[in-house]
Amino acid sequence: MSAARNLLHGVDGPRRALHRSRVPEETAVLNYLIRRLLLAIPSLLGISVILFVVLALAPGDPFEELATNPNVPPEVREALRTKFGLNDPIMVRYFRWLFAMVQGDWGFSFASRINVDTLIWQRVPTTLFVVGSSQLLALAIALPVGIYAATRPYSIFDQIANTLAFVGFSLPTFFTGLLLILIFSVSLDWLPFVYRSDIAATGWRWYWENLRQAIMPITVLGLFQAASYTRYVRSAVLDVIQLDYVTTARAKGLSERAVTLRHVTRNALIPVVTLVALQMPAVFGGAIVTEQIFRIPGIGSLLISAILANDTPVIMAVTFVFSCLVVLFNLIADLLYGWLDPRISFG
Amino acid sequence: MISKELQGLVDEVKDGALSRRSFLKAATAFGLTAPLANQLLAFNGVAMAQPASGYKPTKAGGGGPLKVLLWQAPTLLNPHFASGTKDQIASRIFFEALAGWDADGNLVPQLAAEIPSKANGGLSADGTQVTWKLKPNVKWHDGKPFTADDVIFTAEYAADPATAAYTTSAYSNIKVEKIDNLTVRITFPNPQPFWADAFVATNGQILPKHHFGDYKGAKSREAPANLKPIGTGPYKLVDFKPGDVITCERNADYHVPNQPQFDTLEVKGGGDAASAARAVIQTGEYDYAWNMQVEDDLLKRMEQGGKGRVLVAVAGDIEYIILNTTDPNVEVDGERSSVKTKHPTLSDPAVRSAINLLVDRDSIQKFIYGRGGNATASFVNEPARFKSKTLKYEFNIDKANKILDDAGYKRGADGIREKDGKKLKYVFQTSINAPRQKCQAIIKQACQKAGIDLELKSVTASVFFSSDVANPDTYTKLYCDMEMYTTTQPQPDPERFLNQCVSWEIANKDNKWLGRNVSRWSDKEADEAYKAAQKELDPDKRAALLIKVNEIFCNAHVFVPLLARTRVVAAANNLFPRVTGWDVDTWDLAAWYRT
Repeated sequence: MSAARNLLHGVDGPRRALHRSRVPEETAVLNYLIRRLLLAIPSLLGISVILFVVLALAPGDPFEELATNPNVPPEVREALRTKFGLNDPIMVRYFRWLFAMVQGDWGFSFASRINVDTLIWQRVPTTLFVVGSSQLLALAIALPVGIYAATRPYSIFDQIANTLAFVGFSLPTFFTGLLLILIFSVSLDWLPFVYRSDIAATGWRWYWENLRQAIMPITVLGLFQAASYTRYVRSAVLDVIQLDYVTTARAKGLSERAVTLRHVTRNALIPVVTLVALQMPAVFGGAIVTEQIFRIPGIGSLLISAILANDTPVIMAVTFVFSCLVVLFNLIADLLYGWLDPRISFG
Repeated sequence: MISKELQGLVDEVKDGALSRRSFLKAATAFGLTAPLANQLLAFNGVAMAQPASGYKPTKAGGGGPLKVLLWQAPTLLNPHFASGTKDQIASRIFFEALAGWDADGNLVPQLAAEIPSKANGGLSADGTQVTWKLKPNVKWHDGKPFTADDVIFTAEYAADPATAAYTTSAYSNIKVEKIDNLTVRITFPNPQPFWADAFVATNGQILPKHHFGDYKGAKSREAPANLKPIGTGPYKLVDFKPGDVITCERNADYHVPNQPQFDTLEVKGGGDAASAARAVIQTGEYDYAWNMQVEDDLLKRMEQGGKGRVLVAVAGDIEYIILNTTDPNVEVDGERSSVKTKHPTLSDPAVRSAINLLVDRDSIQKFIYGRGGNATASFVNEPARFKSKTLKYEFNIDKANKILDDAGYKRGADGIREKDGKKLKYVFQTSINAPRQKCQAIIKQACQKAGIDLELKSVTASVFFSSDVANPDTYTKLYCDMEMYTTTQPQPDPERFLNQCVSWEIANKDNKWLGRNVSRWSDKEADEAYKAAQKELDPDKRAALLIKVNEIFCNAHVFVPLLARTRVVAAANNLFPRVTGWDVDTWDLAAWYRT
């Protein structure tokens, strides 16, 4: 993701802007915004071309199931291919898709024959809830642990935190997911491992059931993310804590708490904020593996089942929306960067 | 003496040689009254047997929730577009056919009042007409009555090429007419020994005309009812999220008394087979899961002390190997494996029969498939009356070696046999699927001992089973020496299934490799037997003809059948579903009950 970000910075990235002549700050931000948005158009077009071509060249057929069924005459398969425009040349299909997309028509799924945007909107709330909560959990763990570990580098706490973080992001989610299922569902029988989006209960019971079924997936995703955040926070804080102004703050007789929270953390978290902003598209994109394990009806599972069924319009829509979000959040991250760090201007 | 003659007459009626009316006439001559003669026919099983479902509950409702787990999630609910079994299972909850198939391959009436037979006048003597009497007082979920108009409409809907219904083949060549509000007659262009296709089972689910009437043909995709089915089935739709979950409630107006037992039904999709088995058998989170493609050992371990059990139903699907008698390495007119070519060694029957002896079917069943398949030497296995009695299998490396020795294939320095410089080295391809790869390994090992070298190739299922004309790795291209996969027999009648053995279905470039005969091998006698079977109204003679087609291919060892696959499902210990191998899992969902 950072590669994509660097790419988008191009030569006109904020760092170079430092040396430009002074322009009133608001107009500068506005100009920068417009320029970046205009730049986003060709990059999104490029992304869409690549996605479309790769999908068109990929082997497979959305109607493959019909092939082994002797009851379905081959003509039906051919008729469907023609009807859904699969027999047209790639160029024609691409421009048809592009024009429809520009007009807000995302096409329809070959598998369920309903509009792709309906399908996606059905999945968004679940994904936002599960992946969003896991991000919150990750931050809730990573910030205190990372900061505390950095203020006491190489202490026992730091060593343990480091080791756990290392273990945490070395263990893939499919492994921890299955492990949790084995312990909490199969052996202890405490938690359900099939996620249901249609819980019949109302009121508090509904919240309770939802929480119960979400605990395991949120934990799995949250701990995995927390592990990498922790290491990032720790090193960011460690960088800042050695600077002269921190020593000055200490020398002024400020309490350790005030130094850490007001002077160190604030500055150290600037890169962390960027990192979190760049993670936001993932909240939309869902977690393919974890969603599959716990049968969570999120965007990730939609994507993977669409890929398995060669349901091109759905794959195309999900991946394209995802790339739009990546581009958008890159921009937001850059704007946030400038806002948090006054040394950067958008001239 | 009289009874013997009578028996003869009854047999004639059974076989369709004698009409019911003439039988009654003749029987009166023997001094029997008409009702008695009728009874005689019924007794002799001319009307199809209708076994009881064993349904116990004495009132509808009160059974609580029923939770079904499909590890492939249903994506649409229109039965005529339901390509995958998952969608067929889902749409059958709401829509019903005139009749369905039970585990023994018998027709069971659902929306029909009775099964047409010669005895009840439903089948014409010449085999060209079928008259269905519909069940009276059946209501759609919205309260409108179900009538012959809906049945006629369904046929028009599916037959319209612009609709592109997957069920179209059942309707494209028939004429359906309304006799009265509760009677429809199907007329076939020529005699149909197997007439139970239109309006029956998966192909036959009846759509309500008042919901789909405006959406026939090119507009079929836009029908709101595609996602909000209004059917006649035992459960009504509450909510459907494609690819995730279907929630339903009991249909209080269901047309069978005391059914269904469950108050709500939830069908959850997604995940994988193994964890679905766990959720039913081990943790009891769900009551039923279908298609347990899980190693039998694992299922057995889960079953010990678990909350569920595994149920098995016989089916007609067969896992088999094709030995390619055409040359996959020579291109003729833009295609490899063309019928114009001859395989350098596999065209030799001796080599093929040797390979047949090198397949250890018993071990494959015992160690890989378990309850999921039964070792067999016959391409058609179910229903039993279509299974060849003469085909036997054997695993015998010595015998295979001897056959190859006698045929002049000598071992070279590398241990691989050859004759005239042509080595017995083959590419053996299948789809990526753990049991198949294990099968490949077992066969390769045995072949090695007989001096045959197999190069194992596995192709992603989505490519292997696709119809992509540009891809050389699809199963119908057969650009390899041997290939293995399962082919499905959808009806309890092998006629359509055996079109994989006829010369006019050979897959080639001209039909974009869509032809059903993948092996490319053909035999005049098989062609003739198949054509004769299509017209033969005598069930026994017809079965004999179809068995002949099967035997010709298996004896030539172009087909090397391995296992007759079974349907394996998981159900809670106290749940009694009606499982069948001839229809989808939910074919008689109304009769499922819990104790």
